Amino acid sequence: MSAKPKLKQVFDRPKSLKDVPYHYCPGCHHGLIHRLVAEQIDAFGLQESTLAAASVGCSVLLYDYFDVDIVESPHGRAAAVATGLKRAKPDSFVFTYQGDGDLAAIGTAEIVHAANRGEKITVIFVNNAVFGMTGGQMAPTTLEGQVTTTSPYGRSAAEAGLPIRVCEMLSTLEGTAFAARVAVDNIKNLKKAKAALKRAFTYQTKGWGFSFVEFLSSCPTNWKMTPEEANARVGKEMADYFPLGVYKDVRAN
Amino acid sequence: MARRVLIKGNEAIAMGAIEAGCRFYFGYPITPQNEIPEYMSMAMPKLGGTFLQAESEVASINMLLGAAATGARVMTSSSSPGISLKQEGISYLAGSQIPGVIVNMSRSGPGLGGIHPSQGDYFQSTRGGGHGDYRTLVLAPSTAQENYDLTMLAFDLAEKYRNPVMILGDALIGQIKEPVELKSYRKKPQDKPWALTGAKGRHGQILKSLFLADGELTDHNWMLAKKYKSMEKEVRFETYRAEDAQLMLVAFGSVGRILKTSVDILREKGKAVGLLRPITVYPFPKQAVRQAAEEAKALMVMELNTGQMVEDVKLAAECACPVDFYGRPPGSIPTPDELAKEAMKVWRKRGLK
Amino acid sequence: MYFDTIIAGFGGQGVLLMGNVLAYAAMHAGKQVTYMPVYGVEMRGGTANCTVVISDRPVGSPIIHEPVSAVVMNRPSAEKFGPMVKKKGQVFVNASLIKEGQFTTRAKTVCWVPTMELASDIGNRRLANMVMLGAVVQGGGMLTIQQVADALSGALDPRYHKMIPANVGALKAGARFISEQKAAKKG
Ligand SMILES: Cc1ncc(C[n+]2csc(CCOP(=O)(O)OP(=O)(O)O)c2C)c(N)n1
Ligand code: SF4
Ligand SMILES: [Mg+2]
Repeated sequence: MSAKPKLKQVFDRPKSLKDVPYHYCPGCHHGLIHRLVAEQIDAFGLQESTLAAASVGCSVLLYDYFDVDIVESPHGRAAAVATGLKRAKPDSFVFTYQGDGDLAAIGTAEIVHAANRGEKITVIFVNNAVFGMTGGQMAPTTLEGQVTTTSPYGRSAAEAGLPIRVCEMLSTLEGTAFAARVAVDNIKNLKKAKAALKRAFTYQTKGWGFSFVEFLSSCPTNWKMTPEEANARVGKEMADYFPLGVYKDVRAN
Repeated sequence: MARRVLIKGNEAIAMGAIEAGCRFYFGYPITPQNEIPEYMSMAMPKLGGTFLQAESEVASINMLLGAAATGARVMTSSSSPGISLKQEGISYLAGSQIPGVIVNMSRSGPGLGGIHPSQGDYFQSTRGGGHGDYRTLVLAPSTAQENYDLTMLAFDLAEKYRNPVMILGDALIGQIKEPVELKSYRKKPQDKPWALTGAKGRHGQILKSLFLADGELTDHNWMLAKKYKSMEKEVRFETYRAEDAQLMLVAFGSVGRILKTSVDILREKGKAVGLLRPITVYPFPKQAVRQAAEEAKALMVMELNTGQMVEDVKLAAECACPVDFYGRPPGSIPTPDELAKEAMKVWRKRGLK
Repeated sequence: MYFDTIIAGFGGQGVLLMGNVLAYAAMHAGKQVTYMPVYGVEMRGGTANCTVVISDRPVGSPIIHEPVSAVVMNRPSAEKFGPMVKKKGQVFVNASLIKEGQFTTRAKTVCWVPTMELASDIGNRRLANMVMLGAVVQGGGMLTIQQVADALSGALDPRYHKMIPANVGALKAGARFISEQKAAKKG
C-alpha cells in the first residue's frame, strides 16, 4: 500500500446544473430530482442538444438551475410544448418536468395525447400529492383523507374521487414505451431511480418512443411535516398507494 | 344588526357570495385568490352547498355554465392566466344568456407574469374577452367592503340581464385585510322561466348560442346589443372632493383607493384636485367623465398598466379638455405621495392655479 | 392620527398574529385600518411580514415603502426593513436576537426590547411577540394597551381564550419596559 491514499472525487455538481443555490424548502425532493436528471444529461452527453419544456409549479424556475435550453410552458401544457420542440428539432433530446397539479390536473389532456401519439420525448413527473407552489391545495394525487387547504375535512372519495395513478394510466396506452415510478427517499430507491432515468433517456436517444418517469416526492412545507417526517411519508403512505416499479418497458430483453 | 369583521378581500367575496345565496362554487387554485376557494371548501359543506375543485379553469367555467343553466346562483374565481382560460366559457355564457359571477383577482402578465397587483386585464374584461361581439358587466371594487357588497350586487345583475358579471379586483384588493360590515341580503329570488328544470308541464327548452337559420344569428346579436345598451343604467361611480376640481383624477380599483389619499395631500396644499372612480368599468361612466371634462380644466388617468382605461376616458371626454395619463407596469405599488407628485406635474404642465 | 408599521420576523415568531391583533384592536377602537400580509411564493423560505396602517381617515394604500415604524424580530428583517423607516420614525428591535451594529437605519428612535427575557420574566417565553406588541403600542401611541387587551377575545381563536390573561400580562410587560426606558432617559 502506498503511503498516500489516492483520493478520487466521487461527488460533484453535474455540468448541466448551474452553480446556484436552490430556492426549494428544506427537505424538498425537487432539488435531488433535478440533480438526477442533470447527471443523465451529462452521462449521455446531451447538454448541448437538450431542449426542455418547463412547467408551472414549484419547479417553474427550472431554467435557473439547468444549463440547457429551456422554454416556459403555460400551466399544464408542457407535453404539448415538448411535442412542438421535438417535431421541429427531432435530433434534440426533449424533456418536460412537471408537478402533479400541472400534469395530472390541468394538463391531463396534453399528457394523455402526447403519450398516445408516442411522442419521442421524456417526461419527468414529480408527484408530491399537493399543489406546492400555490400553498398546498388538493391535487388529483392527494391521498384519501389527506387534509389540504381545499380539502379541509380530508379528501373525500365521494366528492373528489380517488387519487389518480398516472403511471398505471399511461401504461395502458399503446404509445407509451417506457413508464416507471420511483422515489428518492433512501439510497436503495435512489439507485433504482437512477436506473429508471437512464432507461428513459435510452428510449429517447434510441428513438424508441415515449418515456415517462414518475417520482414520488416530498413537500414538507405543505404537508406541515418536518423533512424527516415527510421523507418517511413518501416511503410509507405514498408508496403504499402508488407502488414503485417499472410499469412498461417494451424493449425489455 | 350589521356585524363588523376584519377579513381579507378574498374572504369578503366568498362571504358576500354565500350571503347572496350562492351555493355552487367551482374553481382551480391560483395565487392571489386562493382564499376564495379555500373559504368555500370550508363553508359549502356546512351549508349543504357544493364546492368543487375542478381539474382546470376550463372545466370550472363550464361547470358554472351547467349549474347556472338550472337557475342556481353560481360563482367561479381565478386570476389573470386562469381568466384567460375561462374566456371561451364566458363567450358561451354570453351567447346562451346564462348568468354567472366570475371573479378576477388579477395579477401581472402577460403570460405567467407575476403575482403583483396589476390592472392589465382592463381591456380583456371590458371588451368581452372571448370571441364574438358581446359584453360582460364588470364591477371594480376598491375595498374589502366593496368586495362584499358588489359580489351580492353581481348576482342580482347577472340574473337581471341573464349575462355573465365579472368582478375585477387585483392582488391588492384580494389580499388586503380590513373591516367589513356584514349586511344581510334581502332581495327575493326572481322567477327564472328560462332555467332548465325538466320539461314538466311544458315543452323542452334550450339554452344555446348556435343559430343556423337564415337571419337568426343577426337577430340574436341585435337583441344582445340592445341588452348591453340597456345595461348602461347600471353605471356606478364615486366622486371624491370633486366639487370645484380643476384637475380631475380618474382611476378604478386599487389605484382609485390610493388616490383618495393623494387628493387629500393635494387639497392640503390648496390644489383643487378631485377624483372620479368608476365602480362599473363596463358599462363605463361616460356621462360622468364627460361632465367632469366640461367642468374641470384637465383630466388625468392613473392605472397599474401602461394605458388601457385612458382610452375610454378619452372617448368619453370627447376632447372637452386635455386628458393626461400616468401608468405603472406591475412590480411596485405607487404610494399616495408618488401619485400626488405625478398629479402636480400635470397641474403645472396645464398651467393650473 | 396616522400610524403605520411593517412587522417582520421568521415564521413561528408570531409576527402575523401581532399584526392581526393590532389591526383588530384598531377596528375595535373605531379606527380605519388595513392589514396586508405577504402572499404567494414569498411565504416560503421561512420569513414573514405584514404591514398595518391605522388612521382616522380611510386608508389609501395598505402597502408602505417608507414606513413610520418597523418591528423587526430577527436579523434579516432588521437588515431589510431598518433602512426603509422614515427619519422621524421608530424601529422596534428584538434585542434578544439582534445586536447593535447588525443593521442600519435613518430612524431617530430605535427601541431595543429584550422580548424573550421580558417574556421569561412573566413565565412564558412564547409570549415574546405580545411583549413586543405592548412595546410598540406604548411607543407608537396609536392605541392604548387597554384597547389592545380588550380586543384579544375577538382577535384570537376561541381555542386560545384561556391564554388571554397571560397575553395581557405580556402586553403590559412590554409597555412597562418602554415607559421605564423613557423615564430613565428623562431622569
Ligand atoms: C392557468 C393557470 N392556472 C393556475 C395557475 C396557478 N398554479 C401555479 S402552480 C400550480 C400547481 C402547482 O402544483 P404542481 O404542479 O403539483 O407542482 P408543485 O408546486 O407541487 O411542485 C397552480 C395551480 C397558473 N399558473 N396558471
Ligand atoms: S412548497 Fe413543497 S414542493 Fe414547493 S419547494 Fe417547498 S417543499 Fe418543495
Ligand atoms: Mg405537486
